[in-house]
Amino acid sequence: MSAFWSAWVTIITLAVIFGCTWLLLRTRKSETFKEETDKTVGHEFDGIAEYDNPLPKWWFQMFLGTVVFGLVYLALYPGLGNFKGLLGWTSTNQWEEEMAHADEVYKPVFAKYATLSVEDLQKPENEAGLKMGQRMFANNCSVCHGTAATGAHGFPNLTDNDWLYGGTPEAITQTILHGRQGAMPAWGAVLGEEGVRDVASYVQTLSGQEADADAAARGKTQFQALCTACHGVDGKGMHALGAPNLTDNIWLYGSSFENITHTIRSGRNGVMPAQKDLLSQDKVQLIAAYVYSLSNK
Amino acid sequence: MIKHDTIEKNIGLMVLLIIIVISGGGLAEIVPLFFQAQTTKPVEGLRTYSAIELEGRDIYIREGCHVCHTQMIRPFRAETERYGHFSTAGEHVWEHPFLWGSKRTGPDLARVGGRYSDDWHRAHLYNPRDVVPESKMPSYPWLFEDRVTGEDTAKKMSVLRSLGVPYTDDQIATAQDDVAGKYEIEAVVSYLQALGKTHSVYNNKR
Repeated sequence: MSAFWSAWVTIITLAVIFGCTWLLLRTRKSETFKEETDKTVGHEFDGIAEYDNPLPKWWFQMFLGTVVFGLVYLALYPGLGNFKGLLGWTSTNQWEEEMAHADEVYKPVFAKYATLSVEDLQKPENEAGLKMGQRMFANNCSVCHGTAATGAHGFPNLTDNDWLYGGTPEAITQTILHGRQGAMPAWGAVLGEEGVRDVASYVQTLSGQEADADAAARGKTQFQALCTACHGVDGKGMHALGAPNLTDNIWLYGSSFENITHTIRSGRNGVMPAQKDLLSQDKVQLIAAYVYSLSNK
Repeated sequence: MIKHDTIEKNIGLMVLLIIIVISGGGLAEIVPLFFQAQTTKPVEGLRTYSAIELEGRDIYIREGCHVCHTQMIRPFRAETERYGHFSTAGEHVWEHPFLWGSKRTGPDLARVGGRYSDDWHRAHLYNPRDVVPESKMPSYPWLFEDRVTGEDTAKKMSVLRSLGVPYTDDQIATAQDDVAGKYEIEAVVSYLQALGKTHSVYNNKR
């Protein structure tokens, strides 16, 4: 703050405080009127008159108390322009102190687990670490994956040991750190509406659902031409591309004929947002360990 | 010697004294902020909202999102651990009006951009309970039916420019074409994904 504005703030602040004090003292009834009287100020409306008594002492002293509080506050905290206050307090350094204190308390705890692998964190003696992972999951991941990690329509269930991008500790850590971008293309324009329905019928048969046999037979040809590159010849998917296994009857976007035709027609592009700029490596490690534990009890 | 009845019986004097007393706070606390670099200079690399984000922002205001969501992360560890670096004045100099809010029923959104996928935002705005069963946020299904016309987008940008937001002539010229016909949901999601992402001054790693 420039010297001008610093002086501006200081002068106005003090002028208002002292001005109010001056006004309070100047308009106070003189000491001789200390006692209450029956005398009124002389006007009356609808039979209501006004006494002319001094302010009660406790009330008056409270006024003075606020003045004293204000001056003490301005001496201790930054309020008068560039004057930093005797305590040197700022909201930023209060936050930094809080962070430093938290570092002191939690850093050793994280450091203890940071050296362990995801597999080692599954051991009973590291249960506290998994609990930490669970709490961080609740704070950061449950909005999409659910508080019990069971997912929602379009957001994978993490407890069923069925993985789009792989369930190894490395794959899970990679997914959390760098995110994932699903890439099921829209086939509606290529297949036409009938083709979409045929392929959907075939996909239904892969997981043992009832489907129109003729349509499924036609769909099979199309599937083998267009879908096997990602989903594999047997429809079992591919972790490298995040292509789901279509034979296990676990569905991210629903198993009904309508759901499947929609998926084929319009494609799906589920996104797992990368956490590398949001969460530290130590935290990701514990969250990965927790996620891993859900399918590897 | 001023007596209290001197003041009480001279309404002009009383008005004058009241004005002096109540303007003290504003003069000392508010006026200097108009002249401080800290409160008037944008953070380094700040970009303006695009046309579609700007429309999304207006829908955010129309639907009253700021009534339940703040965009103001306070400098407490409990907040910065959850939301990222605390908010600073320089991030908000181009906000007219600012949307800091004053109460949180839902979480702070100052840095929500990039935290969730577009799909999640769509599912969540259509019916929050589809993805967060505990949620008490209202549903906004009409955002998926109503479209942005873009009739006023260019005008809004010019007004913002007159308030100091550096929109370019190009941005204003293409504003309507950029947004016309898009669904409102697209505008809102664009805006939400831009929150906290219009500059990269702070490290939000926790």
